Parts: sequence; structure tokens; C-alpha cells
Amino acid sequence: MIRYVARRLGQAAVVLWGAITLSFIIVQLTPGDPARLMVMGGEGADAGAADDSQIAQIRREMGLDQPLVIQYVSYLWRVLTLDWGTAYSQQRQSVSAVIGDNIGATVELGVTSLVLMTVLGIAFALGSVLLPTRWLRSAFQGITVIGIAVPSFVMAILLLQVFSFRLGWFPAFGAGDFRSVLLPSITIALLGAGTLSQVFARSIREVSAEGYVEVAQARGLGPAKVVLTHVLRNASLPVYTIVGMLVGGVVSGAAIIEIIFGRPGVGQLYVEAVSARDFPLIQALIVLTGGLYVLVTLIVDLSYPLIDPRVTSPAASGRASGRRNR
Amino acid sequence: MTTQARSRPAPPRGPVAPGDPPARTDTTGPRRPALPAGKATHHGAVDALLRLVSAPGMTLSALFLALLLGWVIAPGAFSTHHPLEAVGTSLASPGGEFWFGTDLNGRDVYSRVVHGARLSLLAGVVAVLISLVVGGLLGMIAGYIGGFADAVISRTVEVLVSIPGMLLSLAIISVLGFGVDKVAIAVGIAGIPGMVRIARAETLRIVNLPYMDAATTSGTRRLTGIITHVVPNASGAIGVVAGIDLGGAILAVASLSFLGFGAVPPEPEWGSQINEGRMYIANAWWWTLFPSIVAGLTVLSVNRLSRGIGTKENR
Repeated sequence: MIRYVARRLGQAAVVLWGAITLSFIIVQLTPGDPARLMVMGGEGADAGAADDSQIAQIRREMGLDQPLVIQYVSYLWRVLTLDWGTAYSQQRQSVSAVIGDNIGATVELGVTSLVLMTVLGIAFALGSVLLPTRWLRSAFQGITVIGIAVPSFVMAILLLQVFSFRLGWFPAFGAGDFRSVLLPSITIALLGAGTLSQVFARSIREVSAEGYVEVAQARGLGPAKVVLTHVLRNASLPVYTIVGMLVGGVVSGAAIIEIIFGRPGVGQLYVEAVSARDFPLIQALIVLTGGLYVLVTLIVDLSYPLIDPRVTSPAASGRASGRRNR
Repeated sequence: MTTQARSRPAPPRGPVAPGDPPARTDTTGPRRPALPAGKATHHGAVDALLRLVSAPGMTLSALFLALLLGWVIAPGAFSTHHPLEAVGTSLASPGGEFWFGTDLNGRDVYSRVVHGARLSLLAGVVAVLISLVVGGLLGMIAGYIGGFADAVISRTVEVLVSIPGMLLSLAIISVLGFGVDKVAIAVGIAGIPGMVRIARAETLRIVNLPYMDAATTSGTRRLTGIITHVVPNASGAIGVVAGIDLGGAILAVASLSFLGFGAVPPEPEWGSQINEGRMYIANAWWWTLFPSIVAGLTVLSVNRLSRGIGTKENR
């Protein structure tokens, strides 16, 4: 068990280091002079204002005038000390301050979305397995496909149109009371719930073919009772393995959804940073989302043995990670 | 409809609505035969026809994609008006003259959707080709050579996977700059890690098969081994994944164009069209809704078709 935890922690550290390095490389790969791009795309926006002293100042502040190795080492140091520099597209506030102002709204959106997604995903999975008629089961399955194929912005526009403009149940824009977070959360939740329920429903069907389920059936339990008491726990295992992916989906979704609903947040900030080519802000947000993913998958993997003790036995641990990578 | 599951654990099949969902979400798992024993048909053509009729979702998807192909090849033959010029009053509602209505500038929304198909779909195809070629190659190298190459490639993939695809594409766009071509490349690069994983897993599976041992013992060299044995045998599974990726890639391209990083305004493209229209949704719902529906149906059809083909491949 200790070996498993240690190995997993080491893996997480390597991936995090990789994400930090990736965010460093991005600026280095940019064709031309990143500082010049930032001045031209940044707050002034008019190319004529891109005077050389301004560019030189940005180069100095970002350390772009240093040799590559020194840049990299000092970048790593700044990341470790959480000193992200200046967000040039946000009135030159510090990157940490800008993210701090925006992260609350995104966390609220993300957590609400994940809760709704889990509830909907489980409901649809159970519906597509347990409902009495084949017709109803297929209908429930059909809905999950829509969640996967419909673009997030289309879903958002449709929900806005129906529930905000036509019915007036929710405010259309902005962030404020709890009602304003519901519609954007539902949008994100619907998109992820499709994947979640398909994985879950499929797993339920596979587990249902196991011998001990047949025994339960032979003992005279009804289909609903068999699934609820004997199948669900084992069937939920594959779902844990996609939690990291679902969280990533929520973060991706937030970028677009925040813009459509006019909510402040980190997603909206990221898109703004990309259009202004505000590299320090982009770097910080890449490391932040990479770190979130690493953290979530780490928590999932470390708690996995509590749910399925088979994984920590040395012989089986390779098999478990293989399953995750599929 | 005689294709029915006879025992509880099998996924329900039977009368289903168009756009009938695939029973599984990936294509790597073991497969269950689609036709029950005793229903075997002898003639290939009859068999294919039966399968087509028994899967209306597949047929409809294929027909819709054929129509889209027409739009891509000869948009002029399908559109009713000029895509860039004002041809009617501003924000006219849909009707006999303007099937999808007109936008603020009096341009025909339908004709712009038809002309936009080329950019939207080609960008998606280019993106998938990039992930397919680069990711497939790297995955095969990792799986076949193993050792250090495998370690480097697999660790890099792990890092790339930690950044959600959409955000990775956006980061790449911040490097490359804006435009549909850059968006296609960015989406393609973001798709590489997934493709590496599939190609690597497939290669590992093939390498462990007896005929690879036979090839190695009879003196086949590594590179030759990849080209003559791994590529042809892995291409089926990888191709199916590429097909499913295509739906996602079209979606990603539309999303990034929607955010304003893709097509430049007067040029018709679905994502930017949807974005232009969304501010007018209260009084001109058709402007944003029709392109949205077409984009959604496209992704749905591509997914349906590639999953259907995938089920057949692995039988």
C-alpha cells in the first residue's frame, strides 16, 4: 500500500512538472517576439503604440532577455513561489490577483455542474437499465447521446432561449444569486452526464452478467433490487476512472459557457488571455488546470483501493493502471 | 425487427428512434455478435441491406453526410442565394424564399450554412489527419520499440492529457495565431495524445500475437515489422477511433470559431455564424439556431456512422 501511494505521488509530481515545463515551452515556441505580440494584442490594441521601450520593459519583466536555461530555472522558481508576474491584458494587475478575483465564480459553477452531472448521469444510467419497457430504456439512452454530440454552445443557446427568454425562469446573464448559476451548470452537466451515464450503464450490464448476480436472481430478488443491492457497487468502479476526464470537461465547458452567460470566471479569463496573447496569464492558467487534473486523478487513484481492495495487491496493481489507461 | 436481446444483461435493442444510440462508448471492448445465431443470411448483399434497414440511424446518418459532401464539393448547386451578398430584408423570418431566414445584413442563412460546410468540415478533417498521422506513428513507435522511446512518449502524453483538450487547443492558438488553418492545427495537436494511446495499445496487442513472433524469428527487421505487420493490422481500430474523433474535431473547430479564433467574419463558417446570431436570438432565433442544428446533426451522424462501422469491424 505504501509503495503504491509513493509511486502514485511520484507520478503526479512528474506530470505536474511536465505541465509547468509545457507552459514554459509555449512562450518559447511562439514565432516572433512574444513581448511584441503582447504589446500589440494587449490593452492598447493599436499596433502603432507598440513602442520599443514598452516591448523592452515586458521582455525584462518576463525575463525573455535572459539565456534559456536561466529563464527556465527562474520560471520554475517563480511557479514554486506562486509569483506569476503581470497580467498585461487585465490593466497590468498581478496574475495572482486576477485569478483570485475570478476563481470563486468558476469553482461555484464547476462544483454545481459536477453535482448535477453526477445526479443526472446516475439517473439516466439507472433509467436506461431498469425501466420496465424497452421503449423507455432506449429513450433514456437516446438522451445521453444528445449530451455527447451537441456542442456546448448550442446547448447553452437553446437553454437560454427557452428558459431565460421565453419562460423567464432564470436570469440570462451575469453572476449573483444561486439561480444565475443554475442554467450554466445544467448546460455543463448535461454534456458530461451523457458520457457518465453511458459508461455507468455499460458497466451495470457487464456486472449483471457475473455469476453472483445470477445467484441473487435465483434467490428470487426482483431486477431493481438485484441492481441496487448487488450490482451498483462493483459497476461504479469504471466511473471513478473517468472522474478526471469529467472534471477536465467541466473546465473546458466553463470557458465557453462563461462567455455565453456573461459570467465572470477563470474560463472567460483564459479565452480573453488567448485573444490578447497575454502569456503570463495563459501560463498560470495552464499550470492551474494541469494541477487540478493531477490532484483529482491522484485523489481518485489513492481512494480507489478503499473501494476496490484488489488494486493494491502487488500482482493486480499493474492491471488496475492498465484499466485506467484504456 | 427480429434482432432482439434474449437475456437481461445484453443491451436493449429493438424499435428505436432515429439517431439510435450505440450501446457502448468505446470500441476497444469485447463484442457481442449483432445477429443472433440462426438468423444468418447467406448473401452478402441481402445481409448488408437487412442491416441497413434494421439500423435506420445509420442510414439517416449516411444520407445526411452524403448531403454535406455535396455542400462541400459544389456549394453553388445546393445554395439558393449568394452567401456574401444582401439578398433580402434584414432579419426576415424563414419561409419559401429564405429557408433558414436572413441575418442582420439581409444575407440568406441557408446559403451561408451550405457554403460554410466546406470550411467547417475540412478543418475538422485536417485536424483528425494531423492527430491520426502524428499520434498513430508515435503510438506505434512507443508500442513497438518500447524502452526509452516508449517512456518519453508515454510521459509526454500523460502531461498533455492533464490539460483539457479545449484549453490545450486554445494554448496552441496563442502560439500559432488566429485563423481557421491555425484552429485546425491546434485541434489536431490536441487530439494527438488520445491517438497515441490507442495506437500504442493496439501495437502492443499485435506485437504479442504469434505471427509477430514468427516474423521476428524469420529475421524481419524492426522497421519492416512495423510497416508490414503493425500498420495494416492496427489501422482498423485506429481508423474507427479517428472516425469518432472526427465528430469531436468538427465540434472543437466550431467551438473555437465560435469564440472568435477561426474564420474571419464575412466568410461563412458554422461556429462564427452561430456566434454572430446569438445576440439576436430573442428576435431572430433562426439566425443562430439553424447553423447550430446542422452542426449538431453533423456530429451526431459522424459519431453514429463511425460507431456503426466500428461494431462491424470488430465483429
